[in-house]
Amino acid sequence: MALLDVDELAVTFARRGQRTVHAVDGVSFSVDAGEVTGLVGESGCGKSVTSLAIMGLLPAGKGVRVQGKAAFDGTDLLQLDPRAMRDVRGRDVAMIFQDPLSSLNPVVPIGVQVTEVLVRHRGMRGEAARLEAEHLLDRVGIPDPTRRLKEYPHQLSGGMRQRALIAMAVACQPRLLIADEPTTALDVTIQAQILELLKDLVRESGTALVMITHDLGVVAGMCDTINVLYGGRVVETARRRPLFAAPRHPYTVGLLGSIPRLDAGHGRRLRPIPGSVRDLLHWPDGCAFAPRCARQVDACLGTPPQLRREPDGHAFRCVNPPETDDTGEAAGE
Amino acid sequence: MSDILSPGRKKAKLDRLAELSAAHDDERGVSLWQEAFRRLRRNPAAIVGTVILGVFLLVALVGPFLVPYDPAAQLWKDEIREAQAFYPGPRAENWFGVDHLGRDEFSRMIVGARQTLLVGVVATLIGLTVGTLIGGLAGAAAGLGGRWGRWVDTVLMRIVDMLLALPSLLLAISIAALLGASLTTVMIAVGMVSVPIFARLLRGSMLAQSNSDYVLAATSLGVRRSKVALTHILPNSLAPVIVQSTLTLATAIIEVAALSFLGLGNPDASIPEWGVMLADAQRYLDAAPRLAILPALGIIITALGFTLLGEAMREALDPKLRK
Amino acid sequence: MAAAPAHATLHTPCRGTVFRFIVRRLLQLVPTLFGLSLLLFIWLHRLPGGPESAILGERGTPEMRAAIRRNLGLDEPILIQYGRFMKRLLQLDLGTSISTKREVTTEFLQRFPGTVELTAAAMLIAIGVGIPLGYLAARRRGTLLDHGSVAGSLIGICVPVFFLAYVLKAIFAVNLGWFPSSGRQDPRIDATRVTNFFVLDGLLTREWDASLNALWHLVLPGLALASIPLAIIVRITRASVLEVLGEDFVRTAQAKGLTGRVIRRRHVLRNAMLPVATSIGLLTGGLLSGAVLTETVFAFGGIGAFVADAISQRDYPVLQGFILIIALVYVLVNLLVDISYTFIDPRVRVR
Repeated sequence: MALLDVDELAVTFARRGQRTVHAVDGVSFSVDAGEVTGLVGESGCGKSVTSLAIMGLLPAGKGVRVQGKAAFDGTDLLQLDPRAMRDVRGRDVAMIFQDPLSSLNPVVPIGVQVTEVLVRHRGMRGEAARLEAEHLLDRVGIPDPTRRLKEYPHQLSGGMRQRALIAMAVACQPRLLIADEPTTALDVTIQAQILELLKDLVRESGTALVMITHDLGVVAGMCDTINVLYGGRVVETARRRPLFAAPRHPYTVGLLGSIPRLDAGHGRRLRPIPGSVRDLLHWPDGCAFAPRCARQVDACLGTPPQLRREPDGHAFRCVNPPETDDTGEAAGE
Repeated sequence: MSDILSPGRKKAKLDRLAELSAAHDDERGVSLWQEAFRRLRRNPAAIVGTVILGVFLLVALVGPFLVPYDPAAQLWKDEIREAQAFYPGPRAENWFGVDHLGRDEFSRMIVGARQTLLVGVVATLIGLTVGTLIGGLAGAAAGLGGRWGRWVDTVLMRIVDMLLALPSLLLAISIAALLGASLTTVMIAVGMVSVPIFARLLRGSMLAQSNSDYVLAATSLGVRRSKVALTHILPNSLAPVIVQSTLTLATAIIEVAALSFLGLGNPDASIPEWGVMLADAQRYLDAAPRLAILPALGIIITALGFTLLGEAMREALDPKLRK
Repeated sequence: MAAAPAHATLHTPCRGTVFRFIVRRLLQLVPTLFGLSLLLFIWLHRLPGGPESAILGERGTPEMRAAIRRNLGLDEPILIQYGRFMKRLLQLDLGTSISTKREVTTEFLQRFPGTVELTAAAMLIAIGVGIPLGYLAARRRGTLLDHGSVAGSLIGICVPVFFLAYVLKAIFAVNLGWFPSSGRQDPRIDATRVTNFFVLDGLLTREWDASLNALWHLVLPGLALASIPLAIIVRITRASVLEVLGEDFVRTAQAKGLTGRVIRRRHVLRNAMLPVATSIGLLTGGLLSGAVLTETVFAFGGIGAFVADAISQRDYPVLQGFILIIALVYVLVNLLVDISYTFIDPRVRVR
């Protein structure tokens, strides 16, 4: 059984006087223990909302509706009452966010922000907690951890802050870690370090990792399974090699084809996907990608395409997929 | 890989794209003002405030032409029995009754509305003019004037800071004491109190604008700095000034009342003004509380109207809240 | 990151840096105070009737005025006059009250404690009720409590303080008789005076009834005076808490599975209180001027009532002294707030 099994997750935001926004429109994917799974997509495709919904961190309000199932080790997280969910968060499932500076409390020392997780879930106190916090900071690669314990977020560099956040997330050795664009706000060199750290931690402790990103390069380097999202739905799921070698959804093809290539010869034009994801999140009926798709046919409109599953586990939602040899220019491994 | 689309098919694609997206038409570019107005229309506080102000303006501007009696005429003086603390109350002749000097309270309230509006507006205008002048100068100097400009800015702001060393009422008292008791004095005093606020506001706005990219672009293109200041920066600084003026109007009316209470207002009580009326009525609170309650309600409701509208405008014009 | 100086990494700023900061701010104070004294001097000179009025008031025969002018050396150059003025100021000689004929300094010292008690009471009410109310309004956004608080605070700002004082007095003192309508203490209680802070004195001399009585006299004027600061604190707290609730680090705290109480205390409140703390300093000035109005209505024997009389009687020495003292207090309080800010917000700490 998969560690995390998300089934037809849907999140809608309704505001007075405005159309309902279907941020997540039937997302299904699963994560196996010890695996790294990627959720890839542009801004506005619903990947962040998906993770927040799973964690139960969506802003509570009358207009927010969550449907579907998110089974963690058999228990549907979406049905848990708040107290039970609070126990799960930080202990069994942990999350790392995008902007390390704003994700840290500016007026509380780093040490306290780490120990508070230890106090809450592992019942540690005083000296024991402090020592463990120091050990954690050291494990994530922060130099001179003893001194850092007493420092404040603004005294640390961006990379160190993200490391600290990772330390807080793995403090209780959760079985599932969700990383929402953990490197987007960092310099490129630091990005690589953080990703290495994550890979390291995952390998060492057998934690499953959900990697949310818009960067195909990150995905290529880290993920075992990749889910491509568009329009609030998963449009393609595949293991790493098959996805990059033979993408089956036109959007994936477009994504891979739009990556600038060093070996593409002088004077070649860049190949973006025509159109744009308008920030309305009001997807048309039928396939959300149809308006921008070169392979659009009549069957694409009206009803959303069903999921097609290939024998090797490669799944996609397209009624008119490109032939496998059509993708010669897709970014190889 | 060859181009997937022929020109014909490409055009069909884009048409289809436009068609599908046409259903969502709130993507038109909207100016700050248009959007603010739209937001205001939906804000209940703004509506209440506007209604209150509408009524107030109507009464203040048109009312005095329609009052039944001369507000200064002590027509019913003989009916008052001071010893028994009797002042004729509301009746057919005098809808709001008679005041302590035998004048029609209703007429005084109506004409008082105009007077109060005048005082508030003038006081605010004084503060606005002086404040934005100082602040604008300081901001422009600091942003565009180089070293000399920054010096000018520091000096001006130090002067403004000294005005801030005294709490508003005390500052008003000092100025009023200086100039002698009269309505003009009170207006100037209350006006000067709001100078620092406007100065800081405009200076802050101009400084922020001076550092923005479009100003940098304009100056690097050779546009003269003064022109940049006038045509680019100033219009963009308008919004917070308008908001602040509305809010200042509210406090101005209240502060005028306080100054009158302390005896610094207009000694000539024949021209009714709500603040003065309220101050005068304190002595008759037992005998005729309505003489105090009526102008107090007038002041409170009017100040409330301005505050509601001002706060709603501030929210509506906040660019951070734009979608 | 370059090695930061050792003291910047301590949890509390080291004594040296804080001391230097305080000294620097005090030094910045000097030009402001200087400018203030200059303004005051000019003010005195420009009074209708000239500085003689500062001594004689608006009365006084022309001969008296001429004599005073010569006495004050008003024919001498302005700079010398200013020098004399400053000398007297620094000796804390604020002149003599025209109405009471006693030294202004003495009068103030006698009445000061009353105003302090009143201001403290008002501030306590404003903070004690305002902060919890603002917090609750933010947490229960959109409920009746929230809308009620917002509406209430708007009305609180728009009601003239002296009118509110009169209404409170009329209803609760005169009509219902629950509270006394004037004074600081019932004269029939033979209370011993130690510090002139009536509540404190009662506690020090163990005359509990005196303390209680003084407290009772503080309720109505305290409420009236507290109305505006209360309204402002509710608004600022509510806005601040709302803003902090939307911050990312609160989401992080929730993602860690922390309990509501920990999140509230360590993450929400500690950040939300920063702007509130700053405004408390600024509100003090408003309290002092509001005291002038409130004390008049309740015949409360503090500086405020005294100054109100001075205004109507054109007792300029008293006015001058009051302006000076208030300016000083206001500036000092703001300095205190600034300094304390370095203790509560680690981002502001001095390197």
